[in-house]
Amino acid sequence: MTETSTVERKPRRIRLADGTGPVLAVLAVLLIALAFVGPAYSEPAGYLALLKRAAPLMILAIGQYFVIVSGGFDLSVGSLVTAQVVIAARLIDGEEGATLWVIPLLLVTGALVGLVNGLITTRLLVPSFIVTLGMLLVLDGAVFLWTGGSPRGALSEAFRVVGREGFEVPLLGSVPWSVLLLAALVVAAVLFMRGGTGRTLVAIGDNDKSVRLGGGRVENLRTLAFVLSGISAAIAAILLGGFAGVSAQVGEGLEFRVITAVVLGGVVLGGGRGSVVAAMAGALTLEALFSLLNLLGVAGGLESAVQGVIIIAAVAYASVGRIPFRTRRST
Amino acid sequence: MAASTTAAPARPARRLAGLLQPTVIVYLALVLLLIVGSILVAARGGMLLDQGGILNILTRSTALGLVAIGQTMVILTGKLDLSVAYLIGLCSLIGAETMGGDPGMIVPAVLLTLACAAGVGLVNGLVITKLKVNAFIATLGMALIIRGYLESAYSGPSGDVPRAFQHLGYARIGPIPVSALLMLALAGLAWWYLMRTKGGYHVYAVGGDEEVARFSGIRSDRTIITVHVLCAVAAGLAGLFLASRLGSGAPWVGVDAGYDLESIAAVVLGGTLLAGGRGGVAGTIGGVLILATLDTIFDDLGVTPFFKDVVRGAVLILAVALYARRRGLLR
Repeated sequence: MTETSTVERKPRRIRLADGTGPVLAVLAVLLIALAFVGPAYSEPAGYLALLKRAAPLMILAIGQYFVIVSGGFDLSVGSLVTAQVVIAARLIDGEEGATLWVIPLLLVTGALVGLVNGLITTRLLVPSFIVTLGMLLVLDGAVFLWTGGSPRGALSEAFRVVGREGFEVPLLGSVPWSVLLLAALVVAAVLFMRGGTGRTLVAIGDNDKSVRLGGGRVENLRTLAFVLSGISAAIAAILLGGFAGVSAQVGEGLEFRVITAVVLGGVVLGGGRGSVVAAMAGALTLEALFSLLNLLGVAGGLESAVQGVIIIAAVAYASVGRIPFRTRRST
Repeated sequence: MAASTTAAPARPARRLAGLLQPTVIVYLALVLLLIVGSILVAARGGMLLDQGGILNILTRSTALGLVAIGQTMVILTGKLDLSVAYLIGLCSLIGAETMGGDPGMIVPAVLLTLACAAGVGLVNGLVITKLKVNAFIATLGMALIIRGYLESAYSGPSGDVPRAFQHLGYARIGPIPVSALLMLALAGLAWWYLMRTKGGYHVYAVGGDEEVARFSGIRSDRTIITVHVLCAVAAGLAGLFLASRLGSGAPWVGVDAGYDLESIAAVVLGGTLLAGGRGGVAGTIGGVLILATLDTIFDDLGVTPFFKDVVRGAVLILAVALYARRRGLLR
């Protein structure tokens, strides 16, 4: 009873606290600041380049959002991205013809890794933090065991098109393919979250017991979230492989960076709150911030310090003043 | 009535589960690992548990053990500390630079290092409790801040550790390093604190349910701050130990070894619940010893380091799945 009355009394405030508002405001400020600082940002091409750089992180943020909002963590995405790029390079090995079957293979591998993460988390009841941490170790080791220590082979030109090239659009100039792909994924993610499955996913993060009592398939949906996260890592790997080429460090630290991005977007760790658009806005904000710091000539070291301060400040801003609703950490 | 009928068939399972306390399982697994390892190494014409082997296992365990003791206390309250890896590097630098090769500066340097570490822990604790930032984010942010400082201020090893202090890292009694004994003594102290003092009980109570603990009159904020300070001090000790081994401070000594995730893995492997409230230091030391023994066995067998990661990840997931199953039996 009291529950409903408090919710009714200040629905506005709760919406603001987890909503897209603050992160979009910060993002707008950063984008305007970029226009003042960097001459490249006086025309759309500059912003398109920013989007192109940010696309892999934003796509990872979509996947990570599904996992976090349903109450889990996925720490394996960074090493999964590295694994995918290394696998692709080894299998393609410069052969154009191989691209066609390698890309679907990567997506399937990503989904499979996610499936394993999800099944162990939901069926063996291991906290997802541990499962994905173990998966991180396994992937890191397995890939380099397979390649013998350092990445071998090369990516084909066709593979690199999506991450590197663009197509001509009147007025805007050259629009990168990755931005188009990103736009498509954004629409798909938003539609998914508006549908019944997406809503149930958020409900699971908020209170999985009541969803289970209500007849929701908690285990299956949680597993689905991990599968989607794995697929998002595969897509990000295709973009990053095209954009940055083959290296063993391509996915290093991405898992923490993407969690930072999602949390920056106001999504609450532990699940149940936040929107997918805000999570992506968080990723874009992070990239815009890095670009801005770069333009201002801030040294590389301070960059991560600033990132640290901002992430703490953002979360503190979101949680101070809100009633400590649920402090327990779930799987 | 219903309770008695359901309890009767559950009794043998309960007794079995009682025998299979995580701490017991950990040490059984350790003994089993030592036996299997000895056979495997002997088959290759070596010997696992000769003087060098024991020395190797214990030396490997020392730094990780120190961090993991602190991490255990933090995890018992249901939090995490991801800042320990960078903090170790920072502390090794503070210690080595303050000493500057002068034996007279050892005591002030140690005190200064531990004070700095405690300060970092205090900030972590305050951010988590007063600003209500999720521990994952707060300590990740702190890690990024320390990393930023290390990146901008240092490019390589720095400082000079006097010979007298280096003895701490290398001196041994028979096959047993003095530093390992100090680590075990600290573990004993932590065990005593957790099991025999009021503060220790509060740690378990807060980890079991923070809300309930607060309603029972426990100042949970104070408990959480205390464990973070203790964890940071333990990381500081690990930094000092590594400085004494290396002869100077090294900024990335903690990160390269992955002490943040590794220590969490050791704690969880030792049977402590990631969600808090259950477990203890004894299991953690068992977990640390298992990881160190695995490493030593693989080194003796000449297995590539990548395979180690794969096994480590699999062991971690398997162990936690086993504990979860056991709790399922108890229920």
